[in-house]
Amino acid sequence: MSVSTALPHSPTAVESGFDVERIRRDFPILREFVHGKPLVYLDNAATSQKPEVVIDAIANYYRHDNANIHRGVHLLSQRATDEYESARKLVQRFLNAGEAREIVFVRGATEAINLVAQAYGRTHVGPADEILITTMEHHSNIVPWQLLCKQKGAHLRVVPINEAGELELDKFERLLSSRTRIVAVTHVSNALGTINPVKDIVSLAHARNIPVLVDGAQSAPHLAVDVQDLDCDFYALSGHKMYGPTGIGVLYGKAALLEAMPPYQGGGDMISSVTFEKTIFNKIPHKFEAGTPHIAGVIGLGAAISYVNEIGGSAIAAHEHELLNYATRTIGAIPGVKLIGTAREKAGVLSFVLENIHPHDIGTILDQEGIAVRTGHHCAQPVMDRFCVPATVRASFALYNTTKEIDALAAGIEKGKEFLG
Amino acid sequence: MADLRDMYQEVILEHAKSPRNFRALQEPSGKAEGYNPLCGDRCTVFINTRDGVINDVSFEGSGCAISRASASMMTQSLKGKTLEEAEKMFHSFHDLVTGQNKDANQADIGKLKVFAGVSEFPARVKCATLAWHTLQAALHGNSAPITTE
Repeated sequence: MSVSTALPHSPTAVESGFDVERIRRDFPILREFVHGKPLVYLDNAATSQKPEVVIDAIANYYRHDNANIHRGVHLLSQRATDEYESARKLVQRFLNAGEAREIVFVRGATEAINLVAQAYGRTHVGPADEILITTMEHHSNIVPWQLLCKQKGAHLRVVPINEAGELELDKFERLLSSRTRIVAVTHVSNALGTINPVKDIVSLAHARNIPVLVDGAQSAPHLAVDVQDLDCDFYALSGHKMYGPTGIGVLYGKAALLEAMPPYQGGGDMISSVTFEKTIFNKIPHKFEAGTPHIAGVIGLGAAISYVNEIGGSAIAAHEHELLNYATRTIGAIPGVKLIGTAREKAGVLSFVLENIHPHDIGTILDQEGIAVRTGHHCAQPVMDRFCVPATVRASFALYNTTKEIDALAAGIEKGKEFLG
Repeated sequence: MADLRDMYQEVILEHAKSPRNFRALQEPSGKAEGYNPLCGDRCTVFINTRDGVINDVSFEGSGCAISRASASMMTQSLKGKTLEEAEKMFHSFHDLVTGQNKDANQADIGKLKVFAGVSEFPARVKCATLAWHTLQAALHGNSAPITTE
C-alpha cells in the first residue's frame, strides 16, 4: 500500500530500480496455482505472503539455535537471546523509536491494543471518563475499549467520517473533552484505505494532555513510520501483515508511560524476584513479556524487516502508489462499480461494491479465476453501516503485486457481471 | 475443479433476482432473525402454522444470491407441509449442501436439489443454510437472533 497523493520528489518505482518480477521470485507461494489458474493474491490487508528469507529464518532458528531466551548459560540460549534482542533493535530502528526498551513483543496489534486498554486503562480510566475512537476502527480497536468502559463505567466516544471516508477533524477536536483519557485511532483504515492525519490528531490531543494510541496494523507494512515524529504514545503493529509470521506483533510505548503501567500478564521473565509475600517486576520491556515468547516469530519478523529495508521503503511505497492509482482507474471505470473509500490520502486498499451483485458472489467467481480478495465487513462493521452496505469487495496490494494482476481482477469482475448480472 | 454453474444454476439465479414470498407477515405465529457474520447476510423468517401445518412462510433481508435463492425456494417448498415434514426437509437440505449422505433418498426436498452444487464450495454452505437455521429458530420460538458462526 502507499500514499495515493503525489509525492513530488519521490522516485518512481522503475527509476529506483524496483524489479517486481525479481521480487516475486522471493515469494514461493506466488508460484502456486488456484483452481488451475496462477495465484493472484490481492488480500494483503488481511495477511501478506512471506518471502523465502523469512521462512528460512524461522526454520533455521528451529534447526540450529532453538533454546529458551534470557536464561541458561549454554550457547544455544545465548544465540537465541541475541537473535531475539537483535530483532527488537531492528524494530526500534524500523519505527525510529528512541530506545529498544520501548519495543514490546506481543501476539499482534490486537494484543498490543488490549495490553494498553488493560494495563494503562486500569490505572487511568474511571467512571464517567471517556475514550475517543473513530468510526473507521477495526473491531480490534473498538472492542478492547468497550471492555474497559464496561469494567470502569466509562464511555466510548466516536469521531465520525465523511462520505469519502475521511476523519472529520473538526468534530474530533470538539469531542476531546476534559474527561477524555485516551485517544485510539487507526493510522490507515483496513476497510477504506484512508490515511489519517495522525500527527495532527496527536498534537490536538497532546494540547489537552491526552495520550494517543495509533493502530498501525495497516500502516507499518506500507508507510514510513516514525513514532518520534508522529509523537504518538503507543503504536501497535502485526508482523504477519508486513511479510512476517503470524502470532507476532509489536507494541511501541513511550518509556515513561510503559514504566508507570502495571503488568498486563504475570509469569516468568516479567519478574526480577518472586516470593509469596512480594514480587518485584522486571524492567520494561520484559515486564510486559510474561512467559516464553514467540521466539521464532520475533526472529521471523526481524528477517521480514531486514528484507523490506533491503528493497527500500520508498521504492516499495512508490510501487504500491502506482498500483493503487492504476487499480482506482481500472476498477473504478467498470460500469456498476462503486468505490467505497475515496479519501485524498489513501493507502493501497480498493474497497468497492457492485450494482445488484453481492460481494460474496463476486468473491466466489474471482476465486475460480485464482484471484484472492476479501469479501465481507473486514472486521469493521461500523464502516459498513456508515456507507449503508452489508459488505464490500476489497483488493489490497503489496510490493509483489503487478498491474497485470489488476487487469486480471478487472477481467474477473467483468466475468462475474456477465455470469450473475 | 468445481464448475460455477454447478452452484449458480439458472433457477437459483432467477430466484435470487426475483425472490418469492419476500415480505413480512402481519401477525406471524413465529418469527426469527438470522445473521451470517462472515458475509453480513441478514434474514428474517416469518411463519404461520395451524394444527401442526405451515400455512404461510415468508422472509426479508439482504444477502448474496445463494442465501436469497435458498430462502426464496425454502418458503415455496414449505407451504402446506407439516412441522415434522419441515424438520425432515431441513436435515435433508443440510446433508445435501454439506455433501453428506449423498446416496440417501432426497425425494422429500424436491426442487431444492438444485442446491447440491453448493457442496463443492465449502465457503458458501452457510449462505445456503442461513434461511433454514432461521426457520428452525422461528419454529422453536427462539427470540435471540441466530448466527451461522
